[in-house]
Amino acid sequence: MKLVGTPFRRVDGRAKVTGQTRFADDLTPPRTCFVRLVRSTLPHARIRAIDLEPARRMPGVLAVLTGDDLPIPFGILPVSEDEHALARGKVRYVGEPVVAVAALTEEQADEATRAVRVDYEPLATIASAEEAIATPEPRIHDYGAGGNVHKRVSLEFGDLEAGFAEADVILEDDCFFDGNTHLPIEQHAALAVPEDEGRVTLYSSTQTPHYVHRALAKVLQLPPARIRVVACPNGGGFGGKSDVFGHEIVVARLALELGRPVKITLTREEVFYCHRGRHPVRMHLKTGFRKDGSITAQHLKTLLDGGAYGSYGVASTFYTGALQTVTYNLPRYRFDGLRAFTNKPPCGPKRGHGTPQPRFAFEVHLDKAAHALGLDPAALRLRHLAPAEAVTANWLKLGTVGLGRCIEAVVEGSGWRRRYGKLPYGRGLGLACGAYLCGAGLPIYWNHMPQSGVQILLDRGGGVAVYCGQTEIGQGSDSVLAAIVAEVLGIGLEDVRLCVADTGLTPVDLGSYSSRVTLMAGNAALQAAERARAILAEAAGERLGRDPQSLVFAGGRVFDAAEPEHGLTFAQAVIEAETRNGTLATTGSYVPPRAPGRYKGAGVGPSPTYSYSAAVLEVEVDPATGLYEVLHVWIAHDVGRSINPTLVLGQVEGSVYMGLGEAMMEEQAFRRLPRRLSPALVHKMPSVLEYKSPTFRDMPEITTYLIEDPDPRGPLGAKEVGQGPLLPIPPALANAIFDAVGARIDQVPIHPHMILRALAAQAKGEEPRCGPRAFPAVDFGPTLRVPTPEEGGDGRALGEDRGGTMSRPASGRPAVRHG
Amino acid sequence: MLRLPPFDFRAPRRLAEAAAILAGEGDGARVVAGGTDLWPNMKRRHQHATTVVSLMGIPELAAVDDGGGELRLGATATLAQVAASDAVRRRYPALACAVRSISSPPLRNMGTLGGNLCLDTRCTYYNQTEPWRRAIDFCMKEAGTVCWVAPSSPRCWAHAASDAAPMLCALGARVLLRAHDGERVVPLEELYRDDGIDYLNKRREEILCAVLLPAEAAVEHCAGSFWKLRRRGAIDFAVVSAAAAAWFDAGGAVERLRLVLGAVASRPLRVVAAEELLAGRRLDEEAVAEAARLARKAATPMDNTDFQAQWRGLMVERYAAAALRQAAGLEPGIRPPHHPL
Amino acid sequence: MSEPRNVEPAAEASRVTATLRVNGEDHTVVFPVHHTLLEVLREGCGLTGTKHGCELGECGACAVLLDGRPVLSCLVLAAEAAGHEVETVEGLQEGNRLHPLQAAFADLGAAQCGYCTPGILMTAKALLAQNPEPTAEEIEEALAGNLCRCTGYRKIVQAVAWAAAILRGEEERPPEEAFLGSPLPEVRR
Repeated sequence: MKLVGTPFRRVDGRAKVTGQTRFADDLTPPRTCFVRLVRSTLPHARIRAIDLEPARRMPGVLAVLTGDDLPIPFGILPVSEDEHALARGKVRYVGEPVVAVAALTEEQADEATRAVRVDYEPLATIASAEEAIATPEPRIHDYGAGGNVHKRVSLEFGDLEAGFAEADVILEDDCFFDGNTHLPIEQHAALAVPEDEGRVTLYSSTQTPHYVHRALAKVLQLPPARIRVVACPNGGGFGGKSDVFGHEIVVARLALELGRPVKITLTREEVFYCHRGRHPVRMHLKTGFRKDGSITAQHLKTLLDGGAYGSYGVASTFYTGALQTVTYNLPRYRFDGLRAFTNKPPCGPKRGHGTPQPRFAFEVHLDKAAHALGLDPAALRLRHLAPAEAVTANWLKLGTVGLGRCIEAVVEGSGWRRRYGKLPYGRGLGLACGAYLCGAGLPIYWNHMPQSGVQILLDRGGGVAVYCGQTEIGQGSDSVLAAIVAEVLGIGLEDVRLCVADTGLTPVDLGSYSSRVTLMAGNAALQAAERARAILAEAAGERLGRDPQSLVFAGGRVFDAAEPEHGLTFAQAVIEAETRNGTLATTGSYVPPRAPGRYKGAGVGPSPTYSYSAAVLEVEVDPATGLYEVLHVWIAHDVGRSINPTLVLGQVEGSVYMGLGEAMMEEQAFRRLPRRLSPALVHKMPSVLEYKSPTFRDMPEITTYLIEDPDPRGPLGAKEVGQGPLLPIPPALANAIFDAVGARIDQVPIHPHMILRALAAQAKGEEPRCGPRAFPAVDFGPTLRVPTPEEGGDGRALGEDRGGTMSRPASGRPAVRHG
Repeated sequence: MLRLPPFDFRAPRRLAEAAAILAGEGDGARVVAGGTDLWPNMKRRHQHATTVVSLMGIPELAAVDDGGGELRLGATATLAQVAASDAVRRRYPALACAVRSISSPPLRNMGTLGGNLCLDTRCTYYNQTEPWRRAIDFCMKEAGTVCWVAPSSPRCWAHAASDAAPMLCALGARVLLRAHDGERVVPLEELYRDDGIDYLNKRREEILCAVLLPAEAAVEHCAGSFWKLRRRGAIDFAVVSAAAAAWFDAGGAVERLRLVLGAVASRPLRVVAAEELLAGRRLDEEAVAEAARLARKAATPMDNTDFQAQWRGLMVERYAAAALRQAAGLEPGIRPPHHPL
Repeated sequence: MSEPRNVEPAAEASRVTATLRVNGEDHTVVFPVHHTLLEVLREGCGLTGTKHGCELGECGACAVLLDGRPVLSCLVLAAEAAGHEVETVEGLQEGNRLHPLQAAFADLGAAQCGYCTPGILMTAKALLAQNPEPTAEEIEEALAGNLCRCTGYRKIVQAVAWAAAILRGEEERPPEEAFLGSPLPEVRR
């Protein structure tokens, strides 16, 4: 490989350091008018009346919209299309959009929103998942699993009781992972431009232009062919821009109505209301261990606070259970999950989607197990790794598993054997691991089409244009795409031109979520490039009188491997091929392999392969205050193969950063006022000042090891890196604090008062712990029992039809799928 | 974008002119210096102005004057200038430390010493946009009737978040106030009131012109210290701060001492009980511990900023002890990350 | 329900005409006097390289240099910037040649999404003008008012140190670890 695997400058680097990258809010065509939204000031209320007249009379106002103007519901998952662009009839959280005002300037629009008066009839509010299951009425939505329950899941893989009976030790833990949000520095923005003959183009800071395209067509009732969605480079996404947002629909609708460009740029506070961030999750974990640390069975219960709408929540619910099985041998496993509706901004997918919470529970639990069994936490894990290529108890097919090498690297790097358990009081080391998808196995809506497509055009000047729907959100996907094509064709990055994330011009890629782009768009690019190379080799071989198989593409030339001086320039090869074949273009596409699970719910969790990470974290705790400082993080990530190691490092370090933020301080917190005085239930601190995102001075040293073991399912062997390395960080912190002062903090974020509380308990001879006590009584619904591969199962649940839900349905669509 | 509402902007070149504008414009006029407090507050629309008078064009207000005796710091000297000033670093290092701990470098390039001393009191029920505050039906400090921090309380509990103020109070600084009809010099401590709404003993038209630091508070006479608790290594306001200034007699006993807390009351809070306790005593472990407990008793950390309020109460004790210990030349006894010292 | 205090905004937003000197070029612009430098740079001068992330002085995305010092353009009135030298990211490169900071950021992946990058580049430029050989800690302290959500900051600190070395005339590249990750430790089993 000439390019792949080397630290080349990212292809969008120059634009980003010169201020030339055009983010959505940087676009302001002539005649642009501006939209501001009136948002709900009540957490749960019926809308009695809206008085728009004063706003309409305000200077500069061009149009005013309410929910009745956009009556068709939408939602990212077909099973929960429960949103309206503007609230209809009812509001469900403070900050929900209710009215849109368009005016000549943003200031005029803003002033006009102040003139809108909405008359509300307050309803009782629900502030937490516990409250939601205890309060079936009033219902926040009239769909779901009854009361204020959105979704219930209960899956048992194998004979759990038999597994617990085999155990020498059974551990049970309760813990809590609080909600937090993405906080991309770029606030969401969208610009809609009307085109000729009733067409409209939307430029938006979205991670999922294809899904936005579909939703716009549905809500605006326009043929999809008349709508074009362009995802601008995202100024940070992290999952927060992967839903379809009401404001995107509003500007498209207004552009068509007003016949001029319409733009909206959200304020920071509004970004907090868009949210779709990490679900707060209560967890109960029960695991049987043999003396050697092997697991005989595990039962995980999760209770998710979903906020006011579905978003990706059904998938999130499954994800709080699905990936527990891919790291260590877990022969029998039961997962019960429930997502509740509450009167808060909707939760959804944030980096690691649904998996950091149970991973925290599992990795802290393993630390406790190691102590209970007298085993070293690293040795315990290394002894019971999930084998490569295995099918797990819940029917996930694994690819390469580099977890063992990850653990070994951080154990050696951190001096674990020498230092763990032996540092002076106040200092500690903690180890934890994680694993993540390399793309969700199934698309969000049922179809058998490619999940990613690439087209390549070859110019007779030697230029190569690559078209792909993938979206650059900072993760470096443009560079992956360009590098793979350049590598295969033996040309320089400067000869590759990209056209991406444009539903009008590029083949579909489902979006930048579930860590899917490197693997899926990368494989599609690889296929398209290999096809182009075959055409060029054929023509060049004919011209050179050589077997096409013997030709090498490198250094901008096509030449005989045995006689390198015998060849053509790349441009000459294109001319030869175009002369013979006419205009040159190739395509590539990617469809993930079919997963072996056939039970209802098997659609969430499968991935072509999984990435693995391990981290050791060193902490210093001040027992006088409970304040602590993370001094160093050693992290190893199994990336399969780095397309660009420097960008891979950036993803690892960024994941460590975000994981530390969540573990130490970030909190999507809410306030409820005394209910006898006020119905208020508000975001406690929707600002960058009070939502604590770590600064330069809060980051420890990071030592990063890239573990390369190419996975044949990835393009040139590559796996994901954008999300997985976040997972080990929160549990590694909790485990390190235990090593430092002997206190167990079974919740995140870990605030200093929690450490002092645990130390105070310790001083009184009580359990030195801070965390939730008992898991609430939850009805998870009927349990689907699925025999494991080991038990001779066939991937179906007992009593399920042979058809299952994974095969093509005769009509309608199965209840759950996606990623 | 969150934008400012319209206002008339005046940028006089002379102090007398500024004072005349303020006298003439009535209640709608406000003074701005660095803008790092007023502009966010106006953007969120919990402070209002029809006319804003900038002091930044008045050269005499920006000067730092060190005659070797009293040090005069102009009110519009930026926080960066104050922290970097040779006189401050040499003679009042604890003040340099307090000022360096404020927010972040770009903010310190903009924000001024006078602005920091007049900083509006803060509260997470108040420092919010108008729609957010509408959702709680506003609060007593702005447009509402209830203090949501303590709904049955007749007063507003917004807290004083300045870092320079507690330190300067401890050092016994005075301030020069000037209006169209005259000027006065008052101890900085007397500028403040323990009321979240009317937190300054200052007429609207009075301009804070300068801070005067007494020679007796310079490092050769006085041991000063400043400790601040905040979540992150930058940007954040203090959630607890403790400033101490101690004068010792020849025998090493405390002759005089001031202990002032920040962020735990609506004003910089002098812990008089602790000061009285320590007068004439040696600052040993026992005395420090006793005084720190008195500090905790005096403080009223409320649930209106970051961190759990009860824990902040304990931190008052720890941070007050750290400040006293440092003044006595002892180890501070706490090891927080990223302390500005 | 309470109502906010009724303060009438100035009846007609008064407009000013001013010449801003940005990156050494004069921009004569007409804008309402209450508009910030951020608004006028982006909307009046068309210089959209300067970003915004909160408009309250809390994130650092809008940092520009005013007479060489980093300030937050969301909290400076444009009217007050007239008569001073304003520098933005658009003025950083010389001709088509990247400033060493820009090159180092691009090569090390210190810009990921690139949204906080302009503010960080400008703040770093001011640091290097004042301190040509900053330690990692000094870099962190100088940039502590600029939030980045992508990078975890390590690559930025490395890039600033690298650019500083180049500006000092030392052609030192950061250690290979900065590009490739740490060499794998030998595993003892």
